[in-house]
Amino acid sequence: MLEVRCLTKAFGEKTAVDSASFTVDRPMMIGVIGRSGAGKSTLLRMLNRLSDATTGAILFEGRDITTLRGADRREWQSRCAMIFQQFNLVPRMDVVSNVLHGTLNRRSTLATMFNLYPQADIHRAIEILDRLGIAEQAPKRAEALSGGQQQRVAIARALMQDPAVILADEPIASLDPMNAQIVMEALRRIHEEDGRMVIANLHTLDTARRYCDRVIGMRDGRIVFDGTPQQLTTGVARDIYGAGAGFSEAATSTEIETLDRTKPRSAVPA
Amino acid sequence: MTDAALGKADSPATLDAIQSSYMVQVQRRRLYGGLTLMIFVLLMVSGFVVADDRNAGGFWDGLHQIGDYPAAVLSEAWAKRADLPALMQRFFPALIETINIAAVSTLIGACAGLVLSLLSTRGLARWPRLIPVFRRLMDVMRAVPEIVIALVLIFVLGGGPVPAMIAIAIHTAGALGKMFSEVAENADLKPVEGLASTGATWSQRMWLGILPQVAPNYLSYALLRFEINIRASAILGFVGAGGLGYELRNAMAWGPGRFDEAAAIFILLFGTIVFFDQLSSRYRNRLTEGGHA
Repeated sequence: MLEVRCLTKAFGEKTAVDSASFTVDRPMMIGVIGRSGAGKSTLLRMLNRLSDATTGAILFEGRDITTLRGADRREWQSRCAMIFQQFNLVPRMDVVSNVLHGTLNRRSTLATMFNLYPQADIHRAIEILDRLGIAEQAPKRAEALSGGQQQRVAIARALMQDPAVILADEPIASLDPMNAQIVMEALRRIHEEDGRMVIANLHTLDTARRYCDRVIGMRDGRIVFDGTPQQLTTGVARDIYGAGAGFSEAATSTEIETLDRTKPRSAVPA
Repeated sequence: MTDAALGKADSPATLDAIQSSYMVQVQRRRLYGGLTLMIFVLLMVSGFVVADDRNAGGFWDGLHQIGDYPAAVLSEAWAKRADLPALMQRFFPALIETINIAAVSTLIGACAGLVLSLLSTRGLARWPRLIPVFRRLMDVMRAVPEIVIALVLIFVLGGGPVPAMIAIAIHTAGALGKMFSEVAENADLKPVEGLASTGATWSQRMWLGILPQVAPNYLSYALLRFEINIRASAILGFVGAGGLGYELRNAMAWGPGRFDEAAAIFILLFGTIVFFDQLSSRYRNRLTEGGHA
């Protein structure tokens, strides 16, 4: 379904992503972990074509994504939604308008300038917001919402794109534990109910272990681990993060349950 | 509240209510947007019709003549193209005078504008109660056209570059003061607070706390103003301030036969503006990149 071949991104002397290769054969939820600067964000940005790869190829259903230009590239971007750490909403516009931005690829510039979205789209936007539990916020400005609510608006915008793949770049890094859980559960539900592929950069191990079917570990631009959450032992994690024996998962955990749990849970709440 | 919101579906009734109330909101917004657009178009059309009626010549009658003057200038300049380099050389000293007027007035105006802007910015002003006074002062400086100030000064001081320089500097101070103060309003006040905690004076706080933040923006506005001032000082030559404008007026007033001179002056002016535009964008880029590094 998705195949990444020897994908490399160099910024001058520095190589952010160094010949990364992996294959995904069915929609699943993938967590990408690694230290900051390991190339996780660059990898996701290349998948969305926000930035161009230096060499290598990304194939989605047999089509090479890296060579798309102009309208073809924008069409791919509309099928491959992106969620950002800082939400990246338009703060002064209302929530529904922000969600409707997910349809921009299908609308002309003139129609969007005059806010002429079809009624069916508006209704669908509100239904998506309702699915994420924030329909009451529909007419408010995006900037008036809390961080967790804003991230759910961003997820709603992504769902409005009706994408095959959802990329999430540190979706919970600026949220408190409670909101982080809501957002992660929403992403998991989208994967399970809609069958969309979700690839998320995560900065905490336990989140990756708890919500993902597959974990990819990156270090200095290289993929150093690719396996199931069960294979992700503390020793492997130490390798990925280049940490010493003092490394403890619980020390940085944002999961509330960590406080009274010693073993990682594998069960995922639906 | 937050956890309960996930996974549960609102009852259809409330969802419908939200949808219909949002649709009402959208309809209202579209109506207002449409009305605004209609009023805008009506005003444009009616204003145009009124202006056209009152014009002596009439817009449509004169429209086909619009290219006559440039065509005459161009054809004559092309016929005498061999003389152009010599003419440009002859007018070059006048160009230097024009650029000098612009440069000095920009420099003086920017310094005055800097002080005025800091004095009239909320949160930074030395005397907060006097903010409206300094603002009105800048309004006046902007409101009086350069040409009026220049004419008065030429009457008092006699012709020459100095009255033009003063006139342009006054206008520049008003215009840049306004722009500078808008930039300073967005500056981060934390460094200023930090400096104040060390017992720094107002001038020290501004110089060390605000200027480093706003310098790239200020410089870029000042360079833009310099380009505008080159044109302004050329125009002031028309009323006897010397420089390129004086020569241009002579060339244009003589009419056919001297159009090659007019063309040479236009080329010089155009070239100068392009040159300084390129120069300023290069410096601006370097400054902003240096700021990031």
